Amino acid sequence: MQADPTHPGGGTSDTPGHAASIHNIGYRSYEGARLGRGYARRSLFAQSLRGGYGLGRSARSKVTPMLLFGIMCVPALVVVAVAIATGVDELPVDYRAYASFLAPVIGLYLAAMAPQSVSRDLRFRTVPLYFSRPIERVDYVLAKYAAMAAALFVFTAVPLLVLYAGALLGELDFAEQTRDLALGLVSVAVLSLVYAGIGLVVAALTPRRGFGVAAIIAVLTIPYFAVTTVQFIASESGGDGTAAVGWLGLASPGTLMSGFQAKFLGAPSDFPGRVVPSDAAGLCYLLLVLALVAGSYAVLMARYRKAGL
Amino acid sequence: MTVIVTQSLTKRYPRVTALDRLTVDITPGVTGLVGANGAGKSTLIKILLGLSPATEGDARVLGLDVATEGPAIRERVGYMPEHDCLPPDVSATEFVVHMARMSGLPPTAARERTADTLRHVGLYEERYRPMGGYSTGMKQRVKLAQALVHDPRLVLLDEPTNGLDPVGRDHMLDLIRRVHTDFGISVLVTSHLLGELERTCDHVVVVDGGRLLRSSSTSDFTQATAALAVEVTDTDAHPDGGAALLAALTTAGIAARPASAEGGLPGAGHVLLVEVAGEETYDLVRDAVADLGLGLVRMEQRQHHIAEVFQQHDSDTKGGSGHAG
Repeated sequence: MQADPTHPGGGTSDTPGHAASIHNIGYRSYEGARLGRGYARRSLFAQSLRGGYGLGRSARSKVTPMLLFGIMCVPALVVVAVAIATGVDELPVDYRAYASFLAPVIGLYLAAMAPQSVSRDLRFRTVPLYFSRPIERVDYVLAKYAAMAAALFVFTAVPLLVLYAGALLGELDFAEQTRDLALGLVSVAVLSLVYAGIGLVVAALTPRRGFGVAAIIAVLTIPYFAVTTVQFIASESGGDGTAAVGWLGLASPGTLMSGFQAKFLGAPSDFPGRVVPSDAAGLCYLLLVLALVAGSYAVLMARYRKAGL
Repeated sequence: MTVIVTQSLTKRYPRVTALDRLTVDITPGVTGLVGANGAGKSTLIKILLGLSPATEGDARVLGLDVATEGPAIRERVGYMPEHDCLPPDVSATEFVVHMARMSGLPPTAARERTADTLRHVGLYEERYRPMGGYSTGMKQRVKLAQALVHDPRLVLLDEPTNGLDPVGRDHMLDLIRRVHTDFGISVLVTSHLLGELERTCDHVVVVDGGRLLRSSSTSDFTQATAALAVEVTDTDAHPDGGAALLAALTTAGIAARPASAEGGLPGAGHVLLVEVAGEETYDLVRDAVADLGLGLVRMEQRQHHIAEVFQQHDSDTKGGSGHAG
């Protein structure tokens, strides 16, 4: 296995200098730059972001993310084609509603990619190799979180750009479209941060990949259906029930995003009866979004404290 | 110039003391850190990498303080963990390039150093295949490569021969030797087998229960611990050949003891452990056996096991032994 015929026994400890001169097959020491923590963090971010689309990995690991990304973009292309062909004066889908329209696809993507981003390092015990290098826990967690959020942002923002391009080709009002696109991008950016945090936390707490996928889908869907059901019942009962719809929206990630963008980004409300959360409820939406992002970060930091050497 | 200095280094966990006032100086070269499982080897490595604060005492690695200069230490030190740490679905090349970048090497340098390092540890065409299909020996080489790829000045190798067959073990030990002789990188290698480290290391440090048992150059060790196992037959003149030889050797001034006192060896009743004082010991043993007219079944260098050092140490101090392995 080792092409080293001149050195069968290795018992040359008495003449190390001599052995070195025989076998010098060209070890070169490295005198170049060592770029330190910041560079390592950026490299880890780039590697994880690419990993989010299976780039730099086997062809098989590209299938799922690319397929889902395609599914995510197809409706936008259809909408654009229809809008241009029929010459409408407004896009049939709002930029801010597109993500909630395709929420199941986003959920599947997160469930597929968050475990491969963090569970792999935990399961194969690669984490100690990172922490024996200049990179620290905070760098690792920040890079992984930012990469997952960025991957989700690309996933959700590209279809919006397709819609925008179509709207401009269809010669719709430029100022209005640009403003709506900007609000739409803010909405998917917030969604990316919140969902990435939830996905990574669930994945990091379930080192077995299969469980991670199922757990993320469960966390995203079960509360969502429960909340929407209760919202409908409350809405039907009228009176105080209608006010409660806004507050109930806080209880699941999906409705949290709907309520948040209806309140702050002028999106059409998805809630029953087109209810928009009250100012007090709106403040809670904002605080909860911030708390979820900060909380996810804190849980990940705690998780990797134990995963060190 | 010392590579690692510790000064009464102590690490206490709520219920155990992992390191107890450990004071050692480790010079450039290959140093073996020997101890039974739980002797404090891994704790020491964690502290040396600046990842776990010491309870008391201090340590410096390459002249840097572990308490305050951890990141600088980790930039110049390589670490190979004992456990498996390789994702199975990426190739060795991709993995080592990524690890090189995590050590701060720019992209081009990371690729060049990866190709060089994998070649030096003896991984060729297979480096482009996913690591899931590698043999244990190949995995150990990749683990060593990722510890060397950033050209550290010191590598910490935690049980690098674990799980290898005898041939793989020899290859790995040769490779470790070359890391110092050819690459000029100092090595701290842990093991629970003293025998395999004797060949490879310039210096051996033995720890037990977090305390320093011994620290000396390998040649001192060999002198102090070299033993010859001698097995003889019984004859009509000497119904207990072993006892007769023991008496003869003792009168000739050679220290010997029956191996049965330690248990362990098969047929231990007839085996004597003779301390080797020098080349002449072999001749004296041969002559003593011949004079008694006994049959010499075997005469061999004993594989030194860490237990022996402990036994010798214990008999020096308080006697008794709890380290059978």
